Amino acid sequence: MTTVVEGKSARQSHHGRGSGRGPMQLIKNSYNQYWYAWAMCVPVVLVLLTVVAYPLIQGIYLTFTDATSLNVGRTIGVNEIPDSYSWVGLKNYTEILTGSNNQFWPHFVWTVIWTVACVALTYALGLGLAVAINRQIKARGFYRMLLILPWAVPTFVTIFAWRLILADDGVVNQILIGLGLDGPSWLSDPFAQKVAAIAVNIWCGFPFIMISMLGGLQSIPRELYEAAEMDGATPWQRFVNVTLPGLRPVSSTVILLGVIWTFNQFNVIFLLFGGNSDSVQILVTYAYRLFFGQQPQDYARSATVGILCLSLLVVFTSVYRRWLKRNDQGAL
Amino acid sequence: MTSTTTPPAGGAQALNDPRRLLSRRSRKSSVSLHAVLAASAFMAVFPVLWIFYISLGPDKNDYQHPSRILGNATLDNYTHVLKNTGFGTWMLNSIIVAAGTMLIGVLIAASAAYAVSRMKFLGRGSLMYTFLLTQMFPVAVLMVPLYKIMGSLGLLDTYGGLVIIYCSTAVPYCAWLLKGYFDTIPVEIDEAGRIDGLSPFGTFWRLILPLARPGLAVAAFYTFITAWGEVAFASKFMLTEEKYTLAVGLQSYISQFNSQWNYLAATSVLIAIPAGAVFYIVQRHLVAGLTAGGTKG
Repeated sequence: MTTVVEGKSARQSHHGRGSGRGPMQLIKNSYNQYWYAWAMCVPVVLVLLTVVAYPLIQGIYLTFTDATSLNVGRTIGVNEIPDSYSWVGLKNYTEILTGSNNQFWPHFVWTVIWTVACVALTYALGLGLAVAINRQIKARGFYRMLLILPWAVPTFVTIFAWRLILADDGVVNQILIGLGLDGPSWLSDPFAQKVAAIAVNIWCGFPFIMISMLGGLQSIPRELYEAAEMDGATPWQRFVNVTLPGLRPVSSTVILLGVIWTFNQFNVIFLLFGGNSDSVQILVTYAYRLFFGQQPQDYARSATVGILCLSLLVVFTSVYRRWLKRNDQGAL
Repeated sequence: MTSTTTPPAGGAQALNDPRRLLSRRSRKSSVSLHAVLAASAFMAVFPVLWIFYISLGPDKNDYQHPSRILGNATLDNYTHVLKNTGFGTWMLNSIIVAAGTMLIGVLIAASAAYAVSRMKFLGRGSLMYTFLLTQMFPVAVLMVPLYKIMGSLGLLDTYGGLVIIYCSTAVPYCAWLLKGYFDTIPVEIDEAGRIDGLSPFGTFWRLILPLARPGLAVAAFYTFITAWGEVAFASKFMLTEEKYTLAVGLQSYISQFNSQWNYLAATSVLIAIPAGAVFYIVQRHLVAGLTAGGTKG
């Protein structure tokens, strides 16, 4: 990691050693050396500030108010109606977390089950297929292309396909009847909905994990396998002692992203079931429904649920990264 | 096909050396490996094939009686969709938004990723962490404030508004991925470029970007797919029918045509084609592109 740029900076700081080392000087030196780096980051930072940071601050502010679509300022024709919501402190949070008629905790439990089940199963499937496809076999390029296909088709298209397949008289249930089984109502029975949601999400998600794992597998030096084989390790022992440790950097990244993406997976749930089926809604779609699925639209509570989701993920990520660091992996 | 993978760290190409004799498989395990892969590949492709099959059926309820389609397959649904609906407009809108997101997103992600990869400037670590953090933002927190911001900036119902929003989700991941990829490109190349009198940006533009093609291909694919398939923002921020993207158009269809599944299926197939084309172009770069990002991210 020594670059020309860094080399230059080392020389410059050597130069500037005589001219004071106050904080202003440090910033100035830093500016002189790195203005290029900053300039190259400016577009990203600008986009993130306007579309992420500023809305986030506004969103956090909304959680302390009683904003609904009735009292938020809007423009109707030429009439401008100003904001008229008021500050309510932590009321939204206490009501959502401890109130009697809220649905936060059931949704929370299901979201956790959903995330763990999806990530674990998708990871296992992706890893298994990556190992299979990494072997020297005929037509592996062809298999690989077909296996990545679910990633390439837009979610709303594939989910529409799944709706036809899983419909009460769709092909899955027709096959089950042919086998003498009575298929459940995949899109409306509460338990079957959950099974269907997890299955469809695995279907949508495994190509990404498979391809990442394939890349990880190819970066493991073959000498390690050779050595293990010389030592008389069985294929399973080689998998556990060479492959899995070699994949740890990729796995930790993929699992972290997988958890974040699955926790926030909006499309699968929303498009497969719409906003109506209550028990299958995860926190994100539940928050969306508080906002768009009812009248008046409950801005404040929707934002509150959103902020709670975000906090959960931030806590998870920092714990996970700390855990990774303690296990001495430099991957993240 | 097997030679299409070129991992930066090497490995797959070593398959032809004599060592493989050590782990030669028995016929039985080879057959079962093929069986597993063929079954998985079938499962992966089935929904796509199925919706294509349904799209050939003349009746809107043919998905309930798939065997009826066999004798009556027709392309009428496609001609209907192309002639009598807003499909053309929506397709054009989607292409503008997805291509815009892809171009702008990859460009700004790449420049930030390069800066993070090559220069140890102040705030470099926190920038990377911020990228990770933005992946965690649920739609619901940003939706309301964004709606207001876009409204006050006059960006509701515009292509630019959607492009900016999509960039905010796609760019951080791409920057992460590309940073990992740039890390695998030897810094001696930068040094040579600087000695030849190129500016840091010149080095990036003329030397590093061409070398980073696999990484860029994955980033481009990811941004394109993100924009092409996004529903939540598009359906709330594009207000007039002339500005609908395909995702929104398809939704409006469901009510408009009283669940005419055959038309919906045909439309879905048409929507999948451009995404499939982009996928086909980049698929041989996918492993190499993701590897670097995955292992070094």
